[in-house]
Amino acid sequence: MSIAAKDISWSVGRKPVLDRVSLMAEPGKVLGLLGPNGSGKTSLLRILAGLRQAHKGQVSIDGQNIRSVGRRTLAQRIAFVEQHAATNVDLRVIDVVKLGRFPHRSPFSNWSAADEEAVGEALERCDMADRSDQRWQSLSGGERQRVHIARALAQTPKELILDEPTNHLDVNHQLSLLELVSSLSITCIVSLHDLNHAAMFCDRLVVLESGRIVAAGTPEDVLTQSLLKDVFAVDARIETSIHHSRPHVQFLPCGLCRSPQFPLN
Amino acid sequence: MTAPISVIRQGALFVALLFASFLAIAIVIGLSVGIGDLPIPLSTTWFAVTNQLGWTSVSLNRIHEAVIWDYRLSRALVAAFCGAGLALSGAIMQALLRNPLAEPYVLGISAGASTGAVAIVILGIGAGAVSLSAGAFAGAFAAFIFVALLSSGTRGGADRTILAGVAASQLFNAATSYIVTTSGNAQQARDVMFWLLGSFGGVRWPEFTLVSMVVGLALVACLLYARVLDAFAFGDEAAAALGVNVGRARLTLFSLTAVMTATIVSMVGSIGFVGLVVPHAARFVVGSLHSRLLPTCAVVGAIFMVLADIASRILIPQQVLPIGVVTALVGVPFFSVILFRFGRPS
Repeated sequence: MSIAAKDISWSVGRKPVLDRVSLMAEPGKVLGLLGPNGSGKTSLLRILAGLRQAHKGQVSIDGQNIRSVGRRTLAQRIAFVEQHAATNVDLRVIDVVKLGRFPHRSPFSNWSAADEEAVGEALERCDMADRSDQRWQSLSGGERQRVHIARALAQTPKELILDEPTNHLDVNHQLSLLELVSSLSITCIVSLHDLNHAAMFCDRLVVLESGRIVAAGTPEDVLTQSLLKDVFAVDARIETSIHHSRPHVQFLPCGLCRSPQFPLN
Repeated sequence: MTAPISVIRQGALFVALLFASFLAIAIVIGLSVGIGDLPIPLSTTWFAVTNQLGWTSVSLNRIHEAVIWDYRLSRALVAAFCGAGLALSGAIMQALLRNPLAEPYVLGISAGASTGAVAIVILGIGAGAVSLSAGAFAGAFAAFIFVALLSSGTRGGADRTILAGVAASQLFNAATSYIVTTSGNAQQARDVMFWLLGSFGGVRWPEFTLVSMVVGLALVACLLYARVLDAFAFGDEAAAALGVNVGRARLTLFSLTAVMTATIVSMVGSIGFVGLVVPHAARFVVGSLHSRLLPTCAVVGAIFMVLADIASRILIPQQVLPIGVVTALVGVPFFSVILFRFGRPS
């Protein structure tokens, strides 16, 4: 067991955002979080990362209540990649990745060999090693996201939480980023919008709707025609891909699927 | 492995830079002591200091020695510490509020100080028992508390804190104007105006003791927070995800800058420009990492303020300009050069 949430409720003012959400992330696996806009994915991820406190219920990490773990200790094992992490500070790629070593260092400690190794490896993994001196402001959106992930990996976490990491990336970068995430041996929790990407790269999926979990399980179990209709209000057919043997979602045009002549109706 | 060698080299470089910084500050302070209606050679200043420390016993002109000790040296040293403190505060504010326009007075401290000062000078609160400085300090802290409460403790986020600071500044400036226009006479209004623009005129050794202790301790404390300030680069949330106790860090750093700024403002008035521009100038040269930026700000701020003080005394013969006027007059051309030279990161 790695991160587990039990009966999490959270609200903004009187508006409930999360309602009795329970889930469990298996060690070393990729858990995908799906749901329409405003379904509470980001809030849930922040609570799982310990950045927000649930109003009810508790999050535990290896069985220990996350609230009894110090901020710094938590940051040594959980890394979080935000959705829109921007800065106007003039930093180099290496400076950003080095931030990942923050939780491992005291104000007095020097830069150690372990720090150097973690940063080097993280840069290597994210394919940014040869660009470590480049300015942050000169990077493209895809490169910035890769640097953020490198920073998160430099934290040498056991759990990596990513909030819609493929937003604003072109399809090549989306795929290579998700491939990178799924190749990691650590536990990953990732929120995604693209259902096919979720089917391809996640070991398990959880679907949120209006702050409640409406489905959980393997992509094959979760991605069904009726669920897509109920939760996302789209008509789709799900096939098993002949190329990667994962579920593949084919969306139907709205006008077409309502017409009585449509063959599959 | 090359690591130990690079560590040694870095250490040597650090010592060399530290030495060069102290030397540069010492030279501008020497210049500042020497320049004025009564010119004093640099060597006289040097021997006056070493005589006082008991290292030498060179016989010097008594008037020179008196001017150095009773007037100019303390003034130059206070100017150096004020410059260092304001630049340091500005760098911290810009990092915490993630706003390049942030400066030490953004949280209403100078507005609060001016209200406190006019309350003492014009309304006569305290009836002579409380000095102008004490009143200004109290006003500055009242403004800081007001902003802290208005931005709901320290969890308000950067934008909310800035808005609270703007509101506090408006409120306290209005209070100052109200007092000046309803109760003050023309001379008092002019005095207040002059005080607000800043002056090192009245500072002596007691002021030096206070400001050197406050700024010195704050500098050490801020250096311990250098990496924490780096972690704020991507915002509060990102800092929290890296393990920073955001609430505590913000409260500590805001309080440190508030104490520093309030001390300086209550002593020498609200000197503008230094806290806004020196951090930017330093950033162009040494980059944005705070372990380098903060000491650089302190050194550059100190040198800049001493130079501005010299300029304030010699720009117009027989007259001392308000230091706040000079920092902007000297600073803008200086900053333009830096913008021009270093503006585009390669």
